[in-house]
Amino acid sequence: MKVPPGVSSSDFAKALDEFEQAVGKQWVFTAEEDVALYRDPYSPFLGEADELVASAAVAPESVEQVQKVVRIANQYKVPIYPVSTGKNLGYGGSAPVFSGSVVLDLKRMNRVIEVNEENAYALVEPGVSYFDLYRYIQEKGLKLWVDVPDPGWGSPVGNALDRGGGYLMAQFRNHFDSHCGMEVVLANGEIIRTGMGAMPGAKTWQNYKSGFGPWVDGIFSQSNFGVVTKMGFWLMPEPEGYLSGTVYAPKHADLIPLVRILNYLENTRVTNGMPDLGSPLLRIPMIAEIDVWNRGDGPPPPEPELASLLAKSEGGYSAELERYAVDHGISYWSCKLSFYGPPKANQANWEFAKEKFSTIPGAKFVDNESYKLPLTPEEREKVHKPQFGIPSLAMFSIGARSRTNPDPTNGHMWFSPIIPRTGEAIFEANRVFNQAAKKYGLPVLAFSLPSCYWERSFIFIFAFPVTRDKETNQKNRAAFRQLVQIAAEHGWGEYRTAPAYQDLIMNTYSYNNHALLRFHETLKDTVDPNGILSAGRYGIWPKHLRKTEA
Amino acid sequence: MKHLGLLSAIAFAWLLGAPISAAQEQGQRIPSSWTTTTVSGQGEPRGYVEYQKFCSACHGPGTGRPGTMALQAKYKGAEPALLDQRTDLTPELVKTYVRNGISVMPFFRKTEISDADLDLIALYLTRNNKR
Repeated sequence: MKVPPGVSSSDFAKALDEFEQAVGKQWVFTAEEDVALYRDPYSPFLGEADELVASAAVAPESVEQVQKVVRIANQYKVPIYPVSTGKNLGYGGSAPVFSGSVVLDLKRMNRVIEVNEENAYALVEPGVSYFDLYRYIQEKGLKLWVDVPDPGWGSPVGNALDRGGGYLMAQFRNHFDSHCGMEVVLANGEIIRTGMGAMPGAKTWQNYKSGFGPWVDGIFSQSNFGVVTKMGFWLMPEPEGYLSGTVYAPKHADLIPLVRILNYLENTRVTNGMPDLGSPLLRIPMIAEIDVWNRGDGPPPPEPELASLLAKSEGGYSAELERYAVDHGISYWSCKLSFYGPPKANQANWEFAKEKFSTIPGAKFVDNESYKLPLTPEEREKVHKPQFGIPSLAMFSIGARSRTNPDPTNGHMWFSPIIPRTGEAIFEANRVFNQAAKKYGLPVLAFSLPSCYWERSFIFIFAFPVTRDKETNQKNRAAFRQLVQIAAEHGWGEYRTAPAYQDLIMNTYSYNNHALLRFHETLKDTVDPNGILSAGRYGIWPKHLRKTEA
Repeated sequence: MKHLGLLSAIAFAWLLGAPISAAQEQGQRIPSSWTTTTVSGQGEPRGYVEYQKFCSACHGPGTGRPGTMALQAKYKGAEPALLDQRTDLTPELVKTYVRNGISVMPFFRKTEISDADLDLIALYLTRNNKR
């Protein structure tokens, strides 16, 4: 049996024995084949000595059991690594950041504590998945939508704590921002409740976020200061209608006014769904199109003349390419807008958006689908489900074997820098990343467009494949690390990353000699002096494992 | 006078107070599954419910099912793309894939799919095999 680093075999044996007393023998996993199930299926170190692995796993089913486990771990200084549903594939899965930790598997904590329809919120435990919460709401016939990420088997708690996102109205898409109140077990086993929850008998724990005094919720996300055992979320009341329309802009330089107008429309809530950028000319699909393409044969191949112009263009542009586009009526850019709300209001907002975009010479508009909600079963099969709050696993078709992808990879990791919400920034990022891709032997795309999950910023999401070939994985890891540095040199930082890169990326947030990281470390040493919780998560290491700066 | 009236109203409300109840939430346990609907499985073969719960989101019929799509691309019709129409699977093979994964399909922990559930899934997927 693997023993956590720094823990004696006898102490580990005692801790495991006490874990068994706390949660029941069958919920402490030590057999090799059981512990192997806690590996990261998409680990970029797949099969290498550096792969991050657990020593054991323990699965409590209540907050009281979590307290017991944490106290035992604290007593024997056993490193533990909480996971909720353990399914943030591409960002670490259920494997610990500090190899040899015991995984604290919260999947069995699967209670929906409350869903309130009138005030549109839910209070859930970490083991509840998006599918589970959706089903609960459907069974009760509540008119509420959950903002889900593409893979629906994740946990609302875990996804929010990892600062994931979804597709509905702007105020719900950032899953951490849409939470309201949490319960946290600290490293000493004590429970705290945040926001209004700190008041015994609070009536508004899920209604008013910040309570009184410092609002500490943020420090429990992308961190290791406590085990979150309950979390509230604001849900979206089911709207009466959904409307989508696409604006098409003909020329390369039009991306700049397109984004500027889009920002105005979004920041004034004229459009309230997630904007979706694409390029018909450069054959960059919008997210809704990816889903549809994946169901069939993928995009139709370009005409030979266009294919040759695309191949010759630099960074998705050449004067000839632009002329071809204008001559053939193929738009350079597209942006799909989504509107949730009363059908008449949706229509009026779309008309207003058209008016604003009409300042771009040659802009065209297409009215897409308009649905009266809820969707019919037939409509459900046609749509990108997360845009209607319906959990799904369809997005895995991106990496899975298909007619257009006959040789699938073994997973992926995401390089996902945040850049400014401007067309100029999109052009600059493309120049920088294409140059880097050429230098480090990565596939060079003609052009990439960012996503609009978050308000006020863009996020580029580049998938790096994880393969069965160690050399390829080593090469990709090295390139990934280079891209992180190059992005940082331009002032672009990652929003989230897999454990393999958390130190690296935390070190790019280095203003004033890493003052923020040093503050995190001060907190860590105070709230978890033995450093038992998720050592190394998001680059925060306990004192005894901290690498001293050279 | 008006102000005094308001003040006393506030004071009255203050004296009455709101009873502070112990927040004793129990909540409803949600059995793990990756489906959007509750599966009853009445009259269906044993293991059908578990298969629907854990496998059908990817391996079911219809569009947007990456597992079905992958097996269609792999076998090109030589074997059914739908796992539950196969007649050549063994329980061991089913368990191997669930506990080891393949390509982008991850492996599953025992807190997600228990050994007992997996036995039932294997039973269901091998129900049509020739004996």
